[in-house]
Amino acid sequence: MTYSVRSATVRFGPTVALDDVTIEVPAGSVVAVVGGDGAGKSTLLRALVGEVPLDAGLVEAPRRQRLGYLPASAGSWAALTVTQNIDFVAGIYGLAGDELAARRAELLERASLTPAAGRLAAQLSGGMRRKLGFIMAIVHRPALLILDEPSTGVDPVSRIDLWRLASEAAASGAAVLMSTTYLDEAERAAHLVVLDSGRVLVQGSYDQVRAGFAGVVTRADQPVRAEWAWRRGRDLHEYWSADDPPAGTAAIAPDLEDIVIALSLARRNAVPS
Amino acid sequence: MTGVLLRAAHVTRRFGAFTAVDDVSMGVQPGEVVGLLGANGAGKTTLIRMLLGLIAVTSGRVDLLGGPPDRQRRRRLGYVPQGLGLYGDLTVRENLSFSARAYGTAEPALPPPLTGYADALVRELPLGARRQVAFLAALAHSPDVLVLDEPTSGVDALARAALWDTIRAQAERGAGVLVTTHYMQEAQQCDRLLLMSDGRLVAEGSEADIIGSTTAVAVRTGDWAQAFAALNAAGAPVMLAGRAIRVANADPAELAGVLRAAGIEASLQPVPATIEERMLMLSRQARAS
Repeated sequence: MTYSVRSATVRFGPTVALDDVTIEVPAGSVVAVVGGDGAGKSTLLRALVGEVPLDAGLVEAPRRQRLGYLPASAGSWAALTVTQNIDFVAGIYGLAGDELAARRAELLERASLTPAAGRLAAQLSGGMRRKLGFIMAIVHRPALLILDEPSTGVDPVSRIDLWRLASEAAASGAAVLMSTTYLDEAERAAHLVVLDSGRVLVQGSYDQVRAGFAGVVTRADQPVRAEWAWRRGRDLHEYWSADDPPAGTAAIAPDLEDIVIALSLARRNAVPS
Repeated sequence: MTGVLLRAAHVTRRFGAFTAVDDVSMGVQPGEVVGLLGANGAGKTTLIRMLLGLIAVTSGRVDLLGGPPDRQRRRRLGYVPQGLGLYGDLTVRENLSFSARAYGTAEPALPPPLTGYADALVRELPLGARRQVAFLAALAHSPDVLVLDEPTSGVDALARAALWDTIRAQAERGAGVLVTTHYMQEAQQCDRLLLMSDGRLVAEGSEADIIGSTTAVAVRTGDWAQAFAALNAAGAPVMLAGRAIRVANADPAELAGVLRAAGIEASLQPVPATIEERMLMLSRQARAS
């Protein structure tokens, strides 16, 4: 089974939040949507959840009972304990009794939250709260799992827990779609989609994105054309189109960060001549 | 300005019976960007608060610009907290005017991307623009020391590169910059890294120095889902990287045994560990002890 959004356009008043976006999320894979604030990540995820109507395009998603969703904010009730939060959501899906107890114990263990089971959600650290939200999104074994920035503001150790949980969900057959602002996280996904101002800048596997990048990136102390250069540590990197490679400067092997910046510049500056 | 701008010498901070920072010594020199890494609860925030003079040390000594971090010296400090420290109900101009007066400096001019926002309420700005305003407010008085908490969190790759340009320009004019971060992409922009765990400074230097003796094994197999499940069930610290599986600090022979027992064919290859994997191993050690 593959879930998808095809040629989706979403407008909020004069703002085009999504502009002709197509993505596919196959069962058994983790697909990562990456982009900054305002890129359209949440709108795309919410379109799949059915919370945002499309102005044009098609959504193919399972019915709500077969869908798990962790929103960008909250995702749990602060005044309930960890156990109460899980049980409340599980109840909505008709999970109860021994089956619920076993499922809850298994998920708490996998998320390293067992010792916190009796704690109020309000008293959890940011990372623990995101893991609780994750458990609540997956307790009913959804066919499509949608996670909106599960790792933002989360420390590296909890972040690895979250990635392991998402990987497990995919390994057991779910289609997983997650958003992140960090490219190094997106690199881990089977397929990554880079959004920029509501449009797909590039998508594919990490290797496909690298292989498909036609330009040349050079490194220098002083860029030849400042509007095509960006900062990497003490160095500056600069983008050249494949038709216009630089004379006499050695090219470097661009990483995903370089490729995304180069493509963003190409979109903003228009293609260099 | 020569010498160390910011220094902690054998600094310890206890809260009751809990030791949040345990005998930490570190420094930031003019012109360098130092990254402070660590999981939540590692003691980063407590260390920063002592360096900024916001809380007292239990023992040890903190020097900011050659003396204790008093009000006079703190005027030469710029700080951008993770929450940005702006007033959402004030406009961009009002925020900048407030901070300029607090530091006794002239109000900064708005650069081109922000000029249209002068009279907009800060809470109505996109995050990238809010970050730029917070940087402007913190930099208007040309501070000698700059402390930034996850400075580029939440913005796109291009905006992140622009913020690092600003940070690097501060270092180039001689400021010392201390950046706390969870993110490897931010860590890679720093000249030098410090890693804290359980209140202690456990590693210092380049990315390779931070990773130290931590290793990782990449597992490649036709059936990654089954391999992942088998290794996970065996309690290995397993992670997914594309369709490959990574296991930190694992013995390849032991992993091969687990996979064989599950009837899975796979190739195992030692690969360089990441900073995140080092942090994961440290936190597992702390939990076990």
